[in-house]
Amino acid sequence: MTTVSATRPERMTRASAAVRKPLLKVEGLNKSFGRTVACRNIDFTLYPGEVIGIVGESGSGKSTLLNCLSGRLAPDAGSIAYDLRRGSEDAPLVDILTLSEPERRMLMRTDWGFVHQNPRDGLRMAVSAGGNIGERPMAIGARHYGDIRREAEDWLARVEIDIDRIDDKPRVFSGGMQQRLQIARNLVTRPRLVFMDEPTGGLDVSVQARLLDLLRGLVRDLGIAAVVVTHDLAVVRLLADRLMVMWRGDVVEAGLTDQVLDDPHHPYTQLLVSSVLQA
Amino acid sequence: MTGDYNFAYLDEQTKRMIRRTLLKALAIPGYQVPFGGREMPLAYGWGTGGIQVTASVIGPRDVLKVIDQGADDTTNAVSIRRFFERVADVATTEKTTDATIIQTRHRVPEANLVEGQILVYQVPQPEPLRRLEPRETETRKMHAYGEYGLMQVKLYEDIAQFGHIATTYDYPVIVNGRYLTAPSPIPKFDNPKMQDNPAIQLFGAGREKRIYAIPPYTTVKSLDFDDHPFTVQRWDGACALCGATDSYLDEVVLDDRGKRMFVCSDTDYCGQRRAAGHVGEQPDMDDALEPEAR
Repeated sequence: MTTVSATRPERMTRASAAVRKPLLKVEGLNKSFGRTVACRNIDFTLYPGEVIGIVGESGSGKSTLLNCLSGRLAPDAGSIAYDLRRGSEDAPLVDILTLSEPERRMLMRTDWGFVHQNPRDGLRMAVSAGGNIGERPMAIGARHYGDIRREAEDWLARVEIDIDRIDDKPRVFSGGMQQRLQIARNLVTRPRLVFMDEPTGGLDVSVQARLLDLLRGLVRDLGIAAVVVTHDLAVVRLLADRLMVMWRGDVVEAGLTDQVLDDPHHPYTQLLVSSVLQA
Repeated sequence: MTGDYNFAYLDEQTKRMIRRTLLKALAIPGYQVPFGGREMPLAYGWGTGGIQVTASVIGPRDVLKVIDQGADDTTNAVSIRRFFERVADVATTEKTTDATIIQTRHRVPEANLVEGQILVYQVPQPEPLRRLEPRETETRKMHAYGEYGLMQVKLYEDIAQFGHIATTYDYPVIVNGRYLTAPSPIPKFDNPKMQDNPAIQLFGAGREKRIYAIPPYTTVKSLDFDDHPFTVQRWDGACALCGATDSYLDEVVLDDRGKRMFVCSDTDYCGQRRAAGHVGEQPDMDDALEPEAR
């Protein structure tokens, strides 16, 4: 905990320095499955370099929200405006729902990243670690083997995977290594926005701590904005600048992470915070 | 013509449908066009796609050549040739230069093709991305949007594992600068022959029910990396029968004591050279093998 509060002042200055244009602006997002409402009137704004956490119990609609945001699911109503930086720096935000499918897919593999809870969903298990990292550069036109290889080695080092393992298939990696490889694979194109769905799910606590430490370092170094969905409050405490608490499809509370966690207002948030064992 | 079957076995409506598919395939080089593949009187995997394409383009005055792995006298080639002799009553030949239609499995003939000739390939798997991406909905999108980075990942894996691009057959190509295409399992030795070829190249996949085509004089580029350019196989030796060094050579094991020889895979090419007086190191080996082979 002490390390977290030590980094806090620095974060605040960064956030205040970024009073420029938002990166992502979500307005009135709705999604229901039949009579079940998964997301109701979600509004939020994400600034460049900022990490927003979405917490809530299972079935609260947080994964649906993430899937809608990342273009994997079409919302029933609302807009998801993103700063495509088309033309000039101050071009208006573009609603990604109006983009054509190839444009959206291009966005998904260049400017965005998606870290799945299960690395098997995000990795190609039959392709070596180097190939997994090289896929995105090759998808956007890298055709020099040596360069791709060097970049893969560089990224393996960054996510603390031994370079000797570059030609091993992810299936012989441990769960924590798979998750780190998935992160490297996503960050290799220097995305500006990364979606993470329970990035530490299924990992034991010591591996979780290392992964979170790594993620925090990478996100800060590269200035990546991220939307992190989790039910683990420790994850948001460490990673997120701001927090949204979802309950039955609604955002019931939002604010700075420490503010929400230390002084919860909504009954559900109070329950959530008090449910965590204090170690 | 025999009275038992319609000319060239298929009924006229089916041939019409396949011809329309072929026209579409020629209009969009390298694009896989679905067609209503028919049951043929032989098993999938034996050239049902190629036979349907040949049956649809063949006319009474055509001269047909059928090769399998470059040879005119292998089971598959002999039976398909006999099939068309019976159901279409066309002339057949083993000479590449005499043929108007050449149906092939796994080779492009060594002799240069000319305008007016049609090369029909038998294709087992028309989708080059299939082993990398099992979903058809996804591969269609990848073709539609030209997202071919994944194929490059396959070549990357080759170099990472073997130090060079180890794919030697069915080597992926980009046709007309647009569509990623499987050249059927021809050796990559034959890939350069597809480039700017004056003949029409038609591809039929019977089981997968896809037809695609490369029109004459079309760009066919083999994928590679800047620092690992595409190269074809080379052999140290020459053909033992005709001495050719520029053709695709098959390795033939002669006994169980390590004796072996290399011979041209294209039997017509090898025969022509021998007739013209070219001699390899073991010219009489062919005759010695004949009684056993027959």
